[in-house]
Amino acid sequence: MAAYGFHGGLQLDKHTRDVIARPIQDAAPSAVLALSLQQHRDLRLHACVHIGDSVHAGQVVARPDLDIGDNRQGAWLHAPCDGEIIGIESRPLIQQPKRSGPHLLLRVRESAPVAKRQLDALSTAELLPAMLAQAGLSGLGGANFPSADKLIHRVDTLILNGAECEPWIACDEGLLIESAALVLEGAQVLARSCAAQRIELALESHMTRAIDAVQAVLRERIADDAVPVRLHCLPSRYPQGSARQLIEALTGRQVPLGQHSAAVGVVVHNVGTAHAAALASRGQALTHRIVTVSGPGVHAPGNYRVALGSSVADLVASAGGYTEQARRLLIGGPLMGVALPHDDFALQKGSNCVLVLDEVRTPQGEVTQACIRCGDCAEVCPARLSPQLLWQSAQAQRAERARADGVMACIECGLCDLVCPSQIDLTRQFRDLKHALWQSDQKQQQALAARQRFEQRNLRLHREAEALETKRANAGKEALSASVVAAAIAKAKARRAGTRRDDGGESAS
Amino acid sequence: MKHFDIANAPHLPIRPTVSRVMLWVLIALLSGIAVQTWLFGIGVLLQILIALLFALGIEAVFLRLLQRPLRPALLDGSAAVTAVLFALCLPPLAPWWISALGLLIGIGLGKQLYGGLGYNLFNPAMVAYAAMLISFPAHFGHWPAPLLDDPLSSTDVLRAIFIDPQSALPWDTLAQATPLDQSRQARLQNLTLGEWQSRAIWSAAQPKAWQMLALAWAFGGLLLLWRRVAAWQVPLGVLAGVLLTATPLWLSAQDQAWSPLTHLGFGGLMLAAFFIATDPVSGCVTAKGRWLFGLGVGALTILIRQFGSYPDGIAFAVLLMNAAAPWIDLHTRPRYYGEPT
Repeated sequence: MAAYGFHGGLQLDKHTRDVIARPIQDAAPSAVLALSLQQHRDLRLHACVHIGDSVHAGQVVARPDLDIGDNRQGAWLHAPCDGEIIGIESRPLIQQPKRSGPHLLLRVRESAPVAKRQLDALSTAELLPAMLAQAGLSGLGGANFPSADKLIHRVDTLILNGAECEPWIACDEGLLIESAALVLEGAQVLARSCAAQRIELALESHMTRAIDAVQAVLRERIADDAVPVRLHCLPSRYPQGSARQLIEALTGRQVPLGQHSAAVGVVVHNVGTAHAAALASRGQALTHRIVTVSGPGVHAPGNYRVALGSSVADLVASAGGYTEQARRLLIGGPLMGVALPHDDFALQKGSNCVLVLDEVRTPQGEVTQACIRCGDCAEVCPARLSPQLLWQSAQAQRAERARADGVMACIECGLCDLVCPSQIDLTRQFRDLKHALWQSDQKQQQALAARQRFEQRNLRLHREAEALETKRANAGKEALSASVVAAAIAKAKARRAGTRRDDGGESAS
Repeated sequence: MKHFDIANAPHLPIRPTVSRVMLWVLIALLSGIAVQTWLFGIGVLLQILIALLFALGIEAVFLRLLQRPLRPALLDGSAAVTAVLFALCLPPLAPWWISALGLLIGIGLGKQLYGGLGYNLFNPAMVAYAAMLISFPAHFGHWPAPLLDDPLSSTDVLRAIFIDPQSALPWDTLAQATPLDQSRQARLQNLTLGEWQSRAIWSAAQPKAWQMLALAWAFGGLLLLWRRVAAWQVPLGVLAGVLLTATPLWLSAQDQAWSPLTHLGFGGLMLAAFFIATDPVSGCVTAKGRWLFGLGVGALTILIRQFGSYPDGIAFAVLLMNAAAPWIDLHTRPRYYGEPT
């Protein structure tokens, strides 16, 4: 398969050399782990342990509701270490620092070594999506989307995403250098669970050591029944690792707006997720992940294996602590990362990078100029949008016009901001537009539902009224017939009596 | 617990700025400015200087009146670019008030009253030029002959610009109509170009000089394209528009129309193709739109040259296409990723 490439994008300085120069190190878990029950966007887990319970490493502590709907499985949550549940507390979410959600607090038992407990149900190589959900698998590339829910659709191609395109982040590269065999084993598990016919492993050409490691594995082990794997070394270009862009780069196909990648026969999984799938097939739940800690703001940049729920502060301490220059703390890379107001946040499954930057991008009193319509933003936009037109719509508060021009296809990669000579915060405005549109959709759906409810109520009332009417009519008929009878009897009586004037029949009607 | 600044993504330092874009335009103009000065004398540089002073002054006055911040607008370099482009279109001995009045209209009305850089519908330099050309056509007809044996002294030039252009100089020996003006007169008098060229008034030095200048503009223009400051579709579109329109006209009446290549060398066409039509603010922003914009400018220029009552039509062509640009953009938006059909 020839690489097709994707539209736009930009080659950026990588800054990953320091990180991959050292092997992955184990970071000590925090004394108290905070495990978020709010996972991917609308996926809320409910705890299945009680305060005061003693738990062991790998034990399920929270599960999705049974009826999350649409065939979805979600991803379960496990205790990373032995310890005791000491509480449940609302805390800001690391993926959305302005929102809060419940976190389970687990005090780690210090004496216990970090054991690798077997999961009960998982021992075979043939894993069903449900089993992956029970092992807690979700997208480790950053999105934290439950992996099992991606595997419901039958596809022909599994794209294994190792195209770690955002500067500074190197957790996938580090993982591949050290555990390429496990990653490829996990890829087989994932491919079989969605019946994929082939696996396309995408790496970027700057990841030379990871490429060597993968090639070494691919050379030696070829099982007969294995799904064939092809390695693609793509030219390094941000945002290649964005699922939709990677699909376009490898297949030349575009996923229609609002649809799942299965619409073009593809599912994309991160290499870290594949690694977790391999561990799951050996009975190990997803309780730890590799996090890149880097930037000029930390003393010892590197990849660290850390227990989920550990705090950012403790992880940075493991990486030698902050330097003098530390000014901005990011979860994720410099282009799409979320800035945290402080370091008391708990790392979750999607947290791939802790980046501490020195330079603050926006100088004091910066004046944004008007758009000069140079079109540089459209040139780099991987979604082929025309940000300059969208910006006009944003200025004019015409959200529906922006929708027609495709703002919902914006992946918020941040490149338009980066190249804009007028320094307009385009990405922020598009994010706001998308949010406004999403809310109006939501409202519209609610209104639609309300209208349907109202119409149904009217229909019901109408039906009830009709039923009552017929009932009444029937009753009336009966009453009528009864009164006619009565009248006749009365008449007869009267006739028989022959003395009185008869008016009983009239009043009965 | 350590606290940090927060901000929206992306968190990388900003790279390009508007003033850098404008600076590149000014740098790319240098080769043409040098050649134009060499051909037509020191007046070219003086006009640029005068226009720069008026442009910045007028911009400052309007910013103050409209209560907008002065520094960013004055430092972004856009007024300087407008001034230089406008000055380059002026005859080198044009009186100073042409600059003042033209830029008052171009920058004051054409740009600041529309909302400043980015909101102006029309190219300010062309607004200024067209307004002056329509109002004072007599001042635009006379260019000094190129490469005078006895070049004017600076004092002569200054006197012409500031005191009295008409009487101070021996215009009969100094001035010549431009080739485009001459071909217009030939047309008005129902003469073929061949007949006209055999007359004494025709100077073969004129077309050569203008063609040399056109090459200098093209050279600077290529620098702009190489630095990716200007969209390449526009100048190519202009050239294609010229060729597509001029060729059939020339083939149908070879003795009454210039050949397409000759057209390219005359007037402000090359300057406009690379430096004026490429103004992003008043032009199109989609790739297809930029092609259409360029084609329109090229075609309209030739049509005005051939059938209009002005010798050169480039300013009007640009302004007409400026007016059409928002509409073109609306209908040439590229398909976005995954757009439903």
